[in-house]
Formats: sequence, structure tokens, C-alpha cells
Amino acid sequence: MVYTPWCTVLGMSIGQTFLGLLESSPRHGYDLKRAYDERFGRTRPLPYGQVYATLSRLLKSGLVEVDSVEPGEGPERKRYAITEAGVTDVDRWLSQAEKPEPYLQSVLYTKVVLALLTDRPAADLLDTQTAEHLRLMRELTRRKDGGDLAEQLICDHALFHLEADLRWLELTAARLDELAREVRSHG
Amino acid sequence: MAELLVADGLNKAFGPTPALDGASISIDAGEIVAVMGPSGSGKSTLLHCLAGIVRPDSGQVRYEGREVTAMPDRERSALRRRQFGFVFQFGQLVPELTCLENVALPLRMERVRRRAAEQRAMEWLERLEVTDVAGKRPGEVSGGQGQRVAVARALVTNPRVIFADEPTGALDSLNGERVMRLLTQSARESHAAVVLVTHEARVASYSDREVVVRDGRVRDLTGARRG
Ligand SMILES: Nc1ncnc2c1ncn2[C@@H]1O[C@H](COP(=O)(O)OP(=O)(O)OP(=O)(O)O)[C@@H](O)[C@H]1O
Ligand SMILES: [Mg+2]
Repeated sequence: MVYTPWCTVLGMSIGQTFLGLLESSPRHGYDLKRAYDERFGRTRPLPYGQVYATLSRLLKSGLVEVDSVEPGEGPERKRYAITEAGVTDVDRWLSQAEKPEPYLQSVLYTKVVLALLTDRPAADLLDTQTAEHLRLMRELTRRKDGGDLAEQLICDHALFHLEADLRWLELTAARLDELAREVRSHG
Repeated sequence: MAELLVADGLNKAFGPTPALDGASISIDAGEIVAVMGPSGSGKSTLLHCLAGIVRPDSGQVRYEGREVTAMPDRERSALRRRQFGFVFQFGQLVPELTCLENVALPLRMERVRRRAAEQRAMEWLERLEVTDVAGKRPGEVSGGQGQRVAVARALVTNPRVIFADEPTGALDSLNGERVMRLLTQSARESHAAVVLVTHEARVASYSDREVVVRDGRVRDLTGARRG
């Protein structure tokens, strides 16, 4: 099994997380960073350099546009809004299952919050992920059946991690209404 | 593969609260289906309706195209004896009989002679790797051994469907895995379908597919998601 390193996953998802936040309302770069840090970066705030690098990448690929510019100097004058193409991108990201891997709950958490924030069916997102996890577990169990002890233990390690993810998915599904209220009350 | 067992829009209430609320499922011959879902969602009730143990308030159960829900009691219990096998969490073996006699019992009820019945029972104990407890009573064997004896008893009549409700619920994970491996392996070899109720994903992963029961309804996570 090939595991994507964690940092790659994180790097890939900042752009999409920005898009999701911008879809809920247009923001200046500074507001975007604050919203990101508050929701998803509590232990690891984003450096400004990365915020503007990400925004310029999103601008270049037409996923965001400058909504309004205030007079004066510096990058902080610009307010960014998501484009049609950006919304489509968020749509695709949220509806696609993550490749199951250990410790991806934070990505899942981010997706659930963004789905709630943008009025998408968060319960479906959880179901899609549950199905993907169960599918991989079935595959690993079959592989374990024909394998030697080392193979069995390697598969078991993955199976227990996937099981932990599934418990989290189940718990979150059961508390989705509660989370929705909390997420929406923080705007 | 052909549809073997179908439930169509089952409703069942115990008092005011519905246990099943329009539950539908279809099981192919030889297919192993895990039925998952939270506690109290209606998994066991669904299994009991499918197996003709509980009659739904409305809706249909069909086995090989025949309407189980409309069968006279006598025909329904013959169907259960001949075509179905059962494994529950515990307490299904007759405490006064030895494990071998327990496994032979379903055959004896079909009037198979003792010698022949016990010979076949012994073969099944072998396949389930529990020949060493053949002469012991259920009270004298471990939980894992007892469940393997129960699986042997469920399979001894060559049923077309095995109904298993939390068959590993009382076992530790190593013994649970062993029971699941032997149960699914034996079912596949004898082309029996399995309806496996469990809330544990690792147990469910021995199946061919999973469905989830929520609030008395069956959801297919992959297909019927947006339906
Ligand atoms: N014989 C009965 N009498 C009264 N209520 C019942 C009976 N059997 C089930 N119920 C009720 O029907 C609902 C569904 O029960 P069921 O046993 O099918 O759930 P389950 O999914 O198997 O739960 P668990 O995972 O806890 O075994 C529950 O609310 C339960 O209390
Ligand atoms: Mg039950």
C-alpha cells in the first residue's frame, strides 16, 4: 500500500480549504488567514508568505478573483472572491473520497466543517468515506487470509487504524446536527 | 447471480416505536452480506424477519421467489430447518448434549440415523478445528470453541443461508477472527449465503459487501446514497 506523506496532503488541501472559506464569504487575505487559523490551524498557524503564495496560485488558475481593491499600498488592499470554477473545484474535492490512510481525520474534519459551512450534504460525505474505508478493509482482510504472519500483522495494523477512523466517522455522523449548529454560529 | 432472499418494504413495530420502517434488502445465492448499524437500529429485527422467525406488520419476504410471509407456520418452520442455519452471540447449544450431539441434532431432527449424523457432525467439527471438544458439554468449552461448534451445527444441514447475529460478540479479537475466517470459508465452500449482523467493521470485512441499517431502513452506502 502506498501512503501519501502527511505534508503533501496538507499542502494540497490548503488551497481547497481557502476556496471553501471564500465560498462562504469573500475575504481579504488577512481575514482568510485568521479564519483558517481559527478553524483548522490552531496548533500550526499559516505563515503570511504561504497565504499570499496560495492566493496568487488560485488567482492564476482562475479559481478566485479580486472582488474589490481599496486605495493604498500592500497586498492587504485586495478582497478575494471564489469563481464558478472555484466552486466546482470545492464541489469535486468535497465529494471525492480521500484515499484512506492513517491519521487523516483532520482532513475529514476540515471537509465536514466546510460542507456544513457551505450547506452541502455533510452526512453523504461521511457515508462516502465510510464506504471507502470498508472497501479497503475488505481488501486487507482478503489479503490477510492468504498471507503469512508478517503479512497478517501488517494488514492488521492497517485494519485497526481504519477501524479507528470508522469509529470517528460514526461518532461524527451521530453528532452532525450539534456540529452544524456550532459551525454556523461562528460564521 | 440469482436473487435468493429478498425483503421488500418491511415494517415492524413493537408497541409505539417502529423497529423496521420500510426496510428492503436483496441477497444473492452464495453472497456474504454484512448488516451494520448502530444499536437499536433494527438489525436483529431485520434478520428475524428475513429468517421467518418474526412476521413483519407489512411488507414481503421472498425466498427463491416464494413469499415466506404468506406461508403457513408448518411450511415456514420446515424452510428454517432445511434451508437456513443460525449462529447467535451465545446460548444456542443444548447444555445437556455433548458438542458432537449438538452438531448432529439438526440432522437427527430430519430423521438421519445416529451413526450417519454423528459422522457428518464429526466432519464439520474437523473443518471448524474443534474435534478436541466433541465429547464435552457446551458448559465445559471456551467461548471461541463454543462458537465454532455453533457454526458447525449451522452448516451441518448444508443450508442455503446462514443467519449470524453478532457471532463474535462475546469473543476477543483473535478468537473472533478465527470464527469469522472459518465461518466465511465454510460458507463459501458450500455456496451458502450469509447474513451477518455486526457492528464491528473488522468482522464485517469478511463479507462481500456491507449495508447499514439506520432508523429501521437499509442504506447501501455506495449505491443508494443520494437516492
Ligand atoms: N421483542 C421485542 N419487544 C419489544 N421491542 C423490541 C423487541 N425487539 C426489538 N425491539 C425494539 O426494536 C428496536 C430495534 O431492535 P433490534 O434488536 O432490531 O436492534 P439492533 O439493531 O439489533 O440493536 P443491537 O445492535 O443493540 O442488537 C429497538 O428499539 C428495540 O428496543
Ligand atoms: Mg441486535
